[in-house]
Amino acid sequence: MSPQQAFADSLLAEQATCPPGLATWNGSDPARRFAVYRNNVMVSLIDALADTFPVTQALVGEEFFRAMAAAFARANPPRSPVMAHYGAGFAGFIEEFPPAAGLPYLADVARLEVLRVQTYHAADAESVSDEAIALLLAEPGRLPAARFTLHPSLRIMESHHAVVSLWAAHQGEDVDSALAAVDVAQPESALLLRSGLDVETYRITSGTAKFIRQLQVGRGLGAAVELALAADAAFDMAEALGLLIRAGAISGIANPEGEQA
Amino acid sequence: MRPPAIDGNSAPGLPARGGVGLKPEHFRDILASAPDIGFFEIHAENYMVDGGPFHHYLGRIREKYCLSIHGVGLSIGGESPLDEDHLDRLARLLDRYQPESFSEHLAWASHGGTFLNDLLPVAYDAATLSRVCAHVCHVQDRLKRRMLLENPATYLEFAASTMAETEFIAEVVKRTGCGLLLDVNNVYVGCVNHHRDPSHYIRSLPLDAVGQIHLAGFARDTDVAGDPLLIDSHGAPVAQAVWDLYAYALERLGPNLAPTLIERDNDIPAFPVLLAEAHRAEAIMNGVKAGRRQEALA
Repeated sequence: MSPQQAFADSLLAEQATCPPGLATWNGSDPARRFAVYRNNVMVSLIDALADTFPVTQALVGEEFFRAMAAAFARANPPRSPVMAHYGAGFAGFIEEFPPAAGLPYLADVARLEVLRVQTYHAADAESVSDEAIALLLAEPGRLPAARFTLHPSLRIMESHHAVVSLWAAHQGEDVDSALAAVDVAQPESALLLRSGLDVETYRITSGTAKFIRQLQVGRGLGAAVELALAADAAFDMAEALGLLIRAGAISGIANPEGEQA
Repeated sequence: MRPPAIDGNSAPGLPARGGVGLKPEHFRDILASAPDIGFFEIHAENYMVDGGPFHHYLGRIREKYCLSIHGVGLSIGGESPLDEDHLDRLARLLDRYQPESFSEHLAWASHGGTFLNDLLPVAYDAATLSRVCAHVCHVQDRLKRRMLLENPATYLEFAASTMAETEFIAEVVKRTGCGLLLDVNNVYVGCVNHHRDPSHYIRSLPLDAVGQIHLAGFARDTDVAGDPLLIDSHGAPVAQAVWDLYAYALERLGPNLAPTLIERDNDIPAFPVLLAEAHRAEAIMNGVKAGRRQEALA
């Protein structure tokens, strides 16, 4: 085994170990000094996860969160020096983490928090002008074939749990009473989008979520509406399209000939 | 090995003034208060994202200030080959922001595709020297600019080392033509941890190559024998011993002294606290210059 492989393995080992070949000026046990590196590595990884998952942490408490994050970091150390998106697999890990089994919504809250970071750092794009929107709406006959380019920061999430309400309950002053009012078993869907420099989190219907997903994969408006209605009879196109327009989620409109507005 | 074809020194560099590490907590304050400061420094990896607030603020701050880009993830001391994707990301970032300076560490951080998110120590032996030199040359060729290499803060030494850290650094500078980022806090921390004389360490470096200085705070701990073990925490004000060592280093630098950065990555205070430290560094620089003028007149 190469010296750095041994060093790296000892850094991430659960039990404190010390790689061979180390020296100290006073002949003291190098394990104590090596522990500084072990601590630096684990604390930096756990802190990075705590930055990305503040609500997940609040739901389980700091001690539980840091133990869970340490277990994740040991099994899934970063694969890239770009740490902004470290923790993409944390939600999947939580789902399989037995001590968290009593909180079936926790993994989805973590998923929402990962998506919020993606939205925060996503590429910039201008929203289409009000004129372009007005032009499209002025010719209802063009609507079914219209295709939208959605903003690069847009993310959609559907959950069997009240993820948006759980997340939102942690944004105000009185978290406890806000949490008490949440029915966690209520399925919810989220639309995330950067508005200016801030990440906005919208609670949307499952029909709207399905509709936006169809637009994301390039389906025309008519086809997206049909598929959304098939999944959710209560789907309201005017409401869904209105939200996308108001939120600035549309960054391009193509007519049936494919010309960009 | 050879110095890179295009020497970054031919472009205007950072001013010989105080600077501060740019933190997202301070973005708005900096734009609102337009502080008088020599430059800002960013960690390259934090800005390797597609868009959003980080680029929004950095772009606006870059328009008004000189910039140093400081990498923490290249793993120049690593046994593994350099990560070409990461070099590509760095090249794009440097191209976008055209910083006056680019620097990285004499350390490793990645192994076998795992990134350990810390600056880890290397053995100072012939094999490591040729590997580090090859990596520095490759970085300079790929980025088409001279880089500065930062001396590390270490807690351990390797039985395999055959040369002093300063000897190793001097040899890298000589063989690759890279510059030196003299981290005075790292000198102090490493010298206390390994029972060496920090002023001798400074004198043993190729000071002509110093292109920038870092100052930061450390935390105190002890080893098993009860001897001091200083931790390079970047979480406290610059210690008096480090200010003193800084003045000692400046006395031995060339006429242009060196741009000096206040680094703070943990327990981040309000921006004016860091600005005051940067101004203190400038005051020490001015004192050294004034002393030299008096000597010249005498």
